[in-house]
Amino acid sequence: MPFLLRPLKFVSALILAGAVAGCATQDPVARASGEVFDPYERTNRGIHAFNRGVDRLAFRPASKGYVAVVPAPMVTSFSHFAENLSMPGQMINALLQGNLKLAGNAFSRFVINSTVGFAGLADPASEFNVPAVDTDFGQTLHTWGVGEGAYVELPLLGPSTSRDAVGVAVDFFTNPLGYAEQNTADNITIYAEIVRRMGDRGNYSDTIDSILYESADSYAQSRLIYLQNRRFQLGDGKEIQEIDPFELNTEGF
Amino acid sequence: MDRRKFLIGAGAMLAAAPQALWALTENRASTLINSLVGDINRVIDSGKGETAMFREFERIFQRYSDTSYIAAYALGVDGRRASSSQKKAFSKAFQGYISRKYGKRFREFIGGKLEVKGVKKVKKWYEVSTIAYLKGQSPFEVTFLVSDRSGRDLFFNMFIEGVNLLLTERTEIGAILDSNKGDIDALIAELKRLS
Repeated sequence: MPFLLRPLKFVSALILAGAVAGCATQDPVARASGEVFDPYERTNRGIHAFNRGVDRLAFRPASKGYVAVVPAPMVTSFSHFAENLSMPGQMINALLQGNLKLAGNAFSRFVINSTVGFAGLADPASEFNVPAVDTDFGQTLHTWGVGEGAYVELPLLGPSTSRDAVGVAVDFFTNPLGYAEQNTADNITIYAEIVRRMGDRGNYSDTIDSILYESADSYAQSRLIYLQNRRFQLGDGKEIQEIDPFELNTEGF
Repeated sequence: MDRRKFLIGAGAMLAAAPQALWALTENRASTLINSLVGDINRVIDSGKGETAMFREFERIFQRYSDTSYIAAYALGVDGRRASSSQKKAFSKAFQGYISRKYGKRFREFIGGKLEVKGVKKVKKWYEVSTIAYLKGQSPFEVTFLVSDRSGRDLFFNMFIEGVNLLLTERTEIGAILDSNKGDIDALIAELKRLS
C-alpha cells in the first residue's frame, strides 16, 4: 500500500469507528443486570450464518488439514511468529493505556523473540519469564472509559462489540510494522495472523465445533461466551455475579 | 494449671477460634475440589471406553455437584410452570446430557492437571480458584463455586476464563425449549436423545 495513503485510511477508520460507536447505547440498569445488548440482532444473525458457512466449507476443513499435516511444533512456531509481529502494536496500546510495565514487557518480548527467537518463530522470552502480553485497542478504549456498546458479529472475524470492532480496525490500520517496511511486512502480518487463527481453529476444534455445530442456538452461545470472556479479560466482570444459591427454589428437581 | 495461665490460654483460644472455624470451611471447599479433580483424573487414566467413561462422569457429577440447584437454574423461569414429575424427569435427563457433553471434552484433560490456587468466601458460598494446565495450551483460570446449602459440601457452578457454565447451559436449554415451542416434555426427550 502506498505510504501516503495510510494516514488517510487511518483517519477514515477512526471516523467510521466513531460512527459505529455512537450508534447505540445500553440502558445502564439493563447493563448492570448483565443483560445482553444486541440491537442489531437480525443483521448479526445474518452475518453469523455467513461466518458459519465459511467455517464449515473452508476454514474448518483447511484448519483441520493444517494441524493434521503440519507438525505441532511448527504450528506453535507460526503462531509465535504472528504474535511477535503484533508486539510493537501492543506496546503502543500499552503506552496509550498508561501501563508502562506492560509496554516494557511487549518491548522485551519483541526484542528477545525477534533476535534470539529466530525472527519470532520461537518464544525464548517466555523462558526468560517475560510475562505474556495480550492487549489491543479495544482494551485501550476500555481504559479510556469507552463502554462496550452493542454486540456485533463481524464478517469473517466473528463475535465483537462496537467498541472492540473499532479496536480491531484501528489496530489493523496502525500496526507500526506497516509503516516501517515498504510493502512486504504489512502483508506478512495479515498472512501470519490467518495462519495463527488456523492453528487455533484446528487445535481447539472440539470446543469450537461444540459451540458452532452442536448447540441449539449457536449464535446465542457464541454471543454469551464471547461477552463473558471479554469482560473477564478486561477485568470488567465485576465480582462474579451469582444469584444466592439459597434463594432459588429447587423443590422437586 | 493456675488461674492466670488458664485465662490467658482461654483468651488466646477464643481469639483463634473464629479463624480456625473459617479455615476449616475453606479447607473443606478446597478438599472437595481436590478430590473431585482426583476422581476425574482417575477416570481418564483408567482408559475405559467412552460410554463407560460417561457413566463414571455422571456418577462424579452426582456425587460432587448440587444437581437439583443446577437443574433448577438451567431450566430457569420455565421451571415455574413445570409439574413435579417434569422437574424430576428434567433433572435426570439434564444430568445425563451434561455428563456426556463435558465428558466428551475431558479427553482434552489427559496428561493435564488442575491446581487449587486459593479459596475465598463470597456471601454464603466459597469460590475455589484453580489453574488448569493442559497439554499444548497456556494455563487458564477455572473457578468452582461451593456451598453447603443442601447440607453437604457441593459445587454448584463453574467459571472457565470468566465464562459461567450454568448461564451457558441455561441459554442452551432455553434455545432447545424455543425450538420446541416451549414444550417441556419435548425438551426432556431431546436431552435424553443427546445423552
